[in-house]
Amino acid sequence: MMSNPVLEVQEICKIFPGVVANQDVSLSLHSGEILALLGENGAGKSTLMNIIYGLYQPSSGEILVRGKSSKMRSPRDAIGLGIGMVHQHFQLVPVMTVVENVMLGSEMLRHGFLDREQVSQRILDLSRDYQLEVEPSTLVEDLPVGIRQRVEILKALYRDAEILILDEPTAVLTPQEIEGLFEVMDLLRRQGKSIIFITHKLKEVLRIADRIAVLRQGKLVGEVTPSEASEPRLAAMMVGREVMLQVDKKEAEPGDSILEVKGLEARNDLDEICLSEVDLKVNAGEIVGVAGVQGNGQTELVEVLTGLRPLKNGILRIGGHDLSGATPREITDRGKICHVPEDRHSYGMVDNYSVADNLVLNSYYRSPFAKGMTIQRESIDTNAETLVKKFDVRTPSVQTPGASLSGGNQQKMVIARELSRPIQLMIAAQPTRGIDVGSIEFIHQQIVAKRDEGIAVLLISSELDEIMALSDRIVVMYRGSIIGEVLNKETTRQELGLLMAGVKSDSENIQHSAP
Amino acid sequence: MFRVLLIPVLALVTSLALGALVMLLFGDDPILAYQGLFQGAFGSGRAWSSTIRKMIPLILTGLSVAVAFKAGLFNIGASGQFVMGSVFSVAVGIHFEGLPMYIHLPMAILAGMLGGMIWGAIPGFLKVTTGAHEVIVTIMLNYVAALFGGWTVYAGGTQGQTPGPLWDPTARAISETPDVLHSAQIPWIFGPPYRVHFGVFLALLAVLIIWWLIYKTTVGFEIRTVGQNPKAARYAGIRVEKTVVLTMAIAGGLAGLAGTIETLGLNHKFAPEFGGQVGFDGITVALLGQTHPVGVVFASFLFGALDAGAAKMQFESGVAADIIQVIQALVLAFVAAPLIIKALFRLRSTQDDRHSASLNTSWGGS
Repeated sequence: MMSNPVLEVQEICKIFPGVVANQDVSLSLHSGEILALLGENGAGKSTLMNIIYGLYQPSSGEILVRGKSSKMRSPRDAIGLGIGMVHQHFQLVPVMTVVENVMLGSEMLRHGFLDREQVSQRILDLSRDYQLEVEPSTLVEDLPVGIRQRVEILKALYRDAEILILDEPTAVLTPQEIEGLFEVMDLLRRQGKSIIFITHKLKEVLRIADRIAVLRQGKLVGEVTPSEASEPRLAAMMVGREVMLQVDKKEAEPGDSILEVKGLEARNDLDEICLSEVDLKVNAGEIVGVAGVQGNGQTELVEVLTGLRPLKNGILRIGGHDLSGATPREITDRGKICHVPEDRHSYGMVDNYSVADNLVLNSYYRSPFAKGMTIQRESIDTNAETLVKKFDVRTPSVQTPGASLSGGNQQKMVIARELSRPIQLMIAAQPTRGIDVGSIEFIHQQIVAKRDEGIAVLLISSELDEIMALSDRIVVMYRGSIIGEVLNKETTRQELGLLMAGVKSDSENIQHSAP
Repeated sequence: MFRVLLIPVLALVTSLALGALVMLLFGDDPILAYQGLFQGAFGSGRAWSSTIRKMIPLILTGLSVAVAFKAGLFNIGASGQFVMGSVFSVAVGIHFEGLPMYIHLPMAILAGMLGGMIWGAIPGFLKVTTGAHEVIVTIMLNYVAALFGGWTVYAGGTQGQTPGPLWDPTARAISETPDVLHSAQIPWIFGPPYRVHFGVFLALLAVLIIWWLIYKTTVGFEIRTVGQNPKAARYAGIRVEKTVVLTMAIAGGLAGLAGTIETLGLNHKFAPEFGGQVGFDGITVALLGQTHPVGVVFASFLFGALDAGAAKMQFESGVAADIIQVIQALVLAFVAAPLIIKALFRLRSTQDDRHSASLNTSWGGS
């Protein structure tokens, strides 16, 4: 690089009681550069960024901003030096407007009153310069996630940030929104801003970064450029061993029909029709993938299938039982299903419960975990010890609260629980969302193994790669209906992409039209 | 375990210190006052019996609020449930002459619990069917219960209005019920002047049963799951609506039992002035006891002692007994806002703890 670095991190160490989160990490960032910081969950990426942003103090080491040694005691110091951060969980006040959120903490006053006009004008200027379109007077709670992220970026730019830290910015975005974000990042780069982009998604890194730094267990394990890197190589650097990115599976041998859905209709929380005329069939021993852009009824479909949302019309049949309108427990018990929910924090686990309790969250009332109404603590703990070992859930003990596990281990815990009872149908919604490569590999293997045992699998994912890697058959959802059905081995990414956008091909596989 | 106790203990110490400060401001001697308080609570057999007597209803109303908390519900209605418990138990206690005690007393106790349960279940039911918030409904039902209780013992007007159904005619113009029959009175352990009755064992038995229910049964698992994460509870197949109504009924039953025991063991009758202040104190006791059944016992013991010692304190030092309520209110404030205590004693914030714990676990197993 020709220019002097705008930010240098030199031999940073951060020691928390009992653990070294960062060890001798040195990095540099130049102006007009996107540096990707890659690493698994818990590799120390966020800790490092929080140190740069002044949220933590390093145990040792130094930070240089534009060549000058700088001590960041709080985010205020960091902002003063032109560092802005967009956190993974947005720091916005939902009931305030965009303007109010942007000015929060650096309010502009005129005659002692907030000067919304002028701030609003600056926001419009900034959004024009960086193609971050947003209407300043809307309430943040009315904005979709992708736009909220823009507000966060605007907030940083409003404070004259030259260095932007984006913490897992793509985790919450749809593929389209990710494209939009990349365009914005590219524009920012061309205007001379520097960006640190934290992620664990390999494709994204190769697509947008100028340089890639990989962290593993708190240490910097290497720095590469996208041209000399490849997905397998990056994965190996992150995990510390060779990783199977391609799922190894043999031809499916479909058996009897297990899940049968006919003419399904349901309404969303606003009482609008969100599913109509959905017909779906999943046979034993096959994986059916449900593809589609997020928000086209996939979430509601899973809720209806698991009894969490009432079905207005239609028939739900699992393993020969008519379970239309049954409660979640009836469906779990009589339908012998398991459900890996898309939002593990809201549905899949109780944060404050121990790993052991989380592992019996929906089987606590069965033998051997309960006798009559008494909980059998010993059986629950033994069960946990077994499952933790079998599914490689990394936790100090089974009594540790579920919340303190890393995302990947939490998901392994959920999957361990769901696969630990006898089932005939597995419904897996976004089973690998927001988790690390090592865990993804493991979870994919588990899903394929279940298929090979003759279990019917319904896989819902917004990641087309995942759908294409695992499914035998693929259905595409569009505006609450199934717009097309294809065999995985006969389809292409282009065909699926068109279906996801609502464009029907004239292939004979297509059964339904969009409403 | 140590950390769990830290906040309540520091809250109490701080409150007593602030209480002393107030006394100093008014020119009183806090040392003398606290000596009197201690004397009044523990200085003699009668002091001890008074402390225990005051502790009994607090245990049960505290338990009532604590159980509701476990399901994420805020039961402000212990006061009304207490009154309903009193009224229902008295209604059974003053009738059925000739029944043996082993039938009559349990009947009266169950009736009182039933009264409280109904009064607790109503807000639970309204919450799950209409979305009405239990805080609002329980507060309203407190008034309804108080007025209903008043009506049952209404002495009738000077113009010949109908008196209430439970009114004691021999009390003439006074609005109260007759004494409950001997067969429905909870016997004394130590009779007058000590007046400690077997209700104390009933309260401790309730603590044991609730502890078992919450931590050792599937029902308790359901209650705690609903309280921690209602969405996950639904996912797990738990019927959240049923659990909410059930929990509120249990909470109501406990507060109702408090009223029952006070009535059958101590007052032996119901009058409107035997109202449910202990219902509100139950909130403080539950919070101070960290919503754990055993914690509730300790908190009740403490509050019972404060109540018992107040009169002696005033007598010995001239400090108004009302200062005790100030101290109790301060305890509530500090327990409800632990950040004040943490800042005051420079305790490490739990955020930090949690973070290092989370980091610990990322590495722990690998």
